[in-house]
Amino acid sequence: MVTFKVILPANDYMAVLPQIVLVSTALLVLMMGVFKKLVNASAPGFTALAGSLLALGCVLFVGHHGAPSSTFGGMVLVDGFSFFLSLVICIIIALTILVSLNYGNFFNCMRTGEYYSLLLMAGVGMIFMATAGNLILLFVALETMSISIYALTGFHKKQLKSSEAALKYFLLGAFGSAFLLYGFAFIYGATGSLDIIKIAGFIKTHPQMLNMKFLVAAFVLTIAGIGFKISMVPFHMWTPDTYEGAPTSVTGFMATGVKAAAFAALIRVILVPLAPMQHSWVTIMWIAAFLTMTVGNIIALVQDNIKRMLAYSSIAHAGYILLGFLAGTGLAQAGMLYYLMVYAFMNIGAFGVVALLCKKGEEYTSISDFAGLGFKYPLLGLVMSVFLFSLAGIPPTGGFMGKFYLFTQALRSGYVWLVVAAGVNSVISIYYYLRVVVVMYFSPQASENSIVLGSVSPGIVIALATAATAVLVMGIFPSYFFSLAGNSIFSLM
Amino acid sequence: MKFDLVRLIPIFPLVGVLINGLLGRRIVEKNKSLVHWIACGAVGLSFLVTLGLFVKLLGLPADKRLYDFTWFTWISSGVFHVNIGYQIDPLSMFMCMFVTGVGFLIHVYSIGYMSHDESYFRFFTYLNLFMFSMINLILADNFLLMFLGWEGVGLCSYLLISFWFSDLANAVAGKKAFVTNRVGDFFFAVGMLVLLTHLGAHGVWSLKFNDVFSHAYLLPPHLVTIICLLFFLGCTAKSAQIPLYIWLPDAMAGPTPVSALIHAATMVTAGVYFVARCNVLYSMSPFAMHVVAVVGALTAFFAATIAVTQNDIKKVLAYSTVSQLGYMFLGLGVGAFAAGLFHVLTHSFFKALLFLCSGCVIHAMGGEQDMRNMGGLRKKMPITFASMLIGTLAIAGLPGFSGFFSKDEILWQAYSSPQGSHILWLIGLLAAVMTAFYMFRLIFMTFFNECRASEEVQHHIHEAPKTMTVPLMVLSVLSIFGGLLGVPASLGGMNRVEHFLHPVFGLGAGKILQAAGGPSVIHKAVAQTAAEPHSFALEYELMLLTTLLVFAAIFAAYVLYVKKRDVPGRIAEGNPSFYQLLLNKWYIDEIYETVFINPLRAFSIFLWKGIDVVVIDGLVNSTAAFFVKCGNVCKSTQSGYVQRYAVSFMVGVFGLIAYFMYVR
Repeated sequence: MVTFKVILPANDYMAVLPQIVLVSTALLVLMMGVFKKLVNASAPGFTALAGSLLALGCVLFVGHHGAPSSTFGGMVLVDGFSFFLSLVICIIIALTILVSLNYGNFFNCMRTGEYYSLLLMAGVGMIFMATAGNLILLFVALETMSISIYALTGFHKKQLKSSEAALKYFLLGAFGSAFLLYGFAFIYGATGSLDIIKIAGFIKTHPQMLNMKFLVAAFVLTIAGIGFKISMVPFHMWTPDTYEGAPTSVTGFMATGVKAAAFAALIRVILVPLAPMQHSWVTIMWIAAFLTMTVGNIIALVQDNIKRMLAYSSIAHAGYILLGFLAGTGLAQAGMLYYLMVYAFMNIGAFGVVALLCKKGEEYTSISDFAGLGFKYPLLGLVMSVFLFSLAGIPPTGGFMGKFYLFTQALRSGYVWLVVAAGVNSVISIYYYLRVVVVMYFSPQASENSIVLGSVSPGIVIALATAATAVLVMGIFPSYFFSLAGNSIFSLM
Repeated sequence: MKFDLVRLIPIFPLVGVLINGLLGRRIVEKNKSLVHWIACGAVGLSFLVTLGLFVKLLGLPADKRLYDFTWFTWISSGVFHVNIGYQIDPLSMFMCMFVTGVGFLIHVYSIGYMSHDESYFRFFTYLNLFMFSMINLILADNFLLMFLGWEGVGLCSYLLISFWFSDLANAVAGKKAFVTNRVGDFFFAVGMLVLLTHLGAHGVWSLKFNDVFSHAYLLPPHLVTIICLLFFLGCTAKSAQIPLYIWLPDAMAGPTPVSALIHAATMVTAGVYFVARCNVLYSMSPFAMHVVAVVGALTAFFAATIAVTQNDIKKVLAYSTVSQLGYMFLGLGVGAFAAGLFHVLTHSFFKALLFLCSGCVIHAMGGEQDMRNMGGLRKKMPITFASMLIGTLAIAGLPGFSGFFSKDEILWQAYSSPQGSHILWLIGLLAAVMTAFYMFRLIFMTFFNECRASEEVQHHIHEAPKTMTVPLMVLSVLSIFGGLLGVPASLGGMNRVEHFLHPVFGLGAGKILQAAGGPSVIHKAVAQTAAEPHSFALEYELMLLTTLLVFAAIFAAYVLYVKKRDVPGRIAEGNPSFYQLLLNKWYIDEIYETVFINPLRAFSIFLWKGIDVVVIDGLVNSTAAFFVKCGNVCKSTQSGYVQRYAVSFMVGVFGLIAYFMYVR
């Protein structure tokens, strides 16, 4: 203990306590897979759940007070931003495990220790992405997350679609990572540092840097690499295929966790340190945001598979969040954080409902499968409607308030036409979200619906109820969450 | 008892609404009587709280009788705030007393009247919702909250008129009431906005009554007139005056307790209350006052002529209500605000009584409302007969009964006030005489002579149950003695009502202005009427004349409808066109139909088939089709080949590079 203290004060370990808990749990769960005979088949899942809840507790327990600081020689940043995203990611992990527990009743391979340990490892990567203060750590975290997710995507081992999705994601992901790494190299070249705080300081003190091609190249390559992870158009092509092929519980995890972590990296690496060169990227990012929203929404209109539809919808939502990136102010960043939080709840909820509609070894993913569901299973129809209303941005849900904050900030920063486009896009999106609601409640084939809920474990009930409640609470009492997000922004002050 | 308890007055009915509205179906299954216990209990408690506050208010000196309770901020937008706040002053307490009191009695009556109805809980939910809205309307300390109540009572009126909505006629009547009120509400809202924006231009961003009235002197006179007239148009809809009275007679399609509560005693007097509340504004605009007086007098006369020929017992009472409301506006218009309010009070007693009695009659006759099929009920329903006779004597204005004092006060003010005139007085007098005639026509046709109903119906005629007759007795007592509250000085009384309301009207209103730095007293005329002692001799003569004419009218009714019953028919045959004109209510409905409704309908159909279906739907559908087409085109880019995805990625990177190389 004494030597420990000499090397690093305990506070430093406190900063990564959630990650420590998650890694330990992941290893424990992995071991359980080895000793199959000794432990109950459902033990890995519950252990993973306990670990994720413990990590969530750690995040809340450690909390965040006082001025931002860094530990491990600047590797890990301790600030409100880290706290907020760790919180969101831990919630995402816990909800995903709750959904997976039920999903595993339909697909036996989802009950193994490997599945849960990969899930937890991906979560560790996400948290490190959000808390990293050094580009190398950030990249390693990104790879930890990505490789775990590649494996999870292909977890339906006997389904070709799943393997195809994993392979595509892996190939393109490797492609994207290369760009990102190349971008980081340019940043190092331009500023002589890998430490985010130092990079920011260097750029501030050397304004002539801004015209250097080094920094421009760094921006281009980095934005391409991160843009791949947040499915920004035109780096989005992998999204629908991967989302569709992956196990639904993993899709929900990907759509929320990966996106939250990638947006965190975007804010950490580009938005704040490179803020002085903001004026030079405005036009191109304007176009990217516009395309991302529009392409996502327009293609979603014509989808019949609900997972593909939600995949395109997640592209569109990335476009909305990019509005906050463009606006670039502190309040806009708070809007992005708020949106990531509510997006996590509503998307995991929606994918959770899809993950519930399965029978042994098979998923129901066609929108027509939802016919009459609202009457057959009223509560399920109700929560699904809540999630869809929130995704469409209809009050009193959190999705509405999230859009409201983002659009307001973009308007304040003068992006009137982009906000108009975003408004039009929201209207377009209402069509495909509400189509599901319409099918659930007004479809003429309602009586022919043959879906029988095979297994409804308490876990998924808790997950869906929590998510729906959170969506509504965030919509009705938004100011608490918005001020929490507002206190959690990453700034160099 | 603290004044802050005023919030309980609206809360009790609201709780009733929530319980009965949400759980009513289950409560009815378990224990039907619980529904009316909750509903009546809620209103009863409201009445008790009102009573307590009223007594406390009486205990204060006259110039301290104003308390403003701000509950919470309702709307906040920059400098403009609207509170949920209640104002306790003589006027609001005066109204609240009889609204909750009479409301409670009618709730109790409804237990018996609606006992066989399937939607028992729905009825009481609506009644409680009405009470909640009406209380907000009365107690509100600002225009907007008052408007909320104003709209709320309109909604409840609609819901209750069409309560038996499976009958198309009832649904249509409800719709007519709603749409007519909407017309008025539109002007009312415009008036409110004009007031707000113009006061806002002077830095007074407030809709609070006291703020508005104390700064009203900042507004130019013509604007005050415009605002007053816009508000008054709103009042003509709510209080059934020319030109928007047409909905009230049709509103009788609702259950009779509803007619008594909403369409006689309380809601329809909201317009009178509002004009009285805004007496500062109206006093600033003599023209608006004249309009109020003339419209009131004409409505009083005009509705009375129609009532003479109606055969439906409730229609007679409906037109009589319109006519009496006209009286109240006549009183307000000549500056006698207290007299108008006094008539609101007495009218609520005797008109509620009359409606409830007619309800008993209809109940006993198995739903029959045509007086030509009634008759001879005097013996079979003694309590109802006695009560109805008392109500009739009160409305006819027989000396000693409540209606006599209030009506006489209005007529005298119409004659003597500086804003009044002899013509207004004459019109009012004629209306009073006709009132006596048609009301006794109703009594004689219903309760005297032989019974003209079928054998089967006659067999069922019976006196109403206790829950129905007890409210009748209470209201009878009030109808007789309620007038004693306001016996004028000329008859040796104190005119307590006028003195009680004095802080709100007359000089009290001037004080508000002075407090805000306005001119001292800008409505001298009103102040003078209140203060100036007048010659009693002339007042006695006019009183005597009125009374004699009323007796003559009663005698005429006796002759025509008891002794020589063939005469009315012969008169009608002798003047067929005139009789038809009155019987068809001056063809006002038909005129409105041709002048307003048909052109509007034609225009609407054009908008629907021409603009909406072709242009708007066409635009919307083609936009949707466009986006779906876009979606299908874009979808094809998603080929599934990972090489192409990588190409797309590269295109993105090269695009970025090209942008930074060539554009920037």
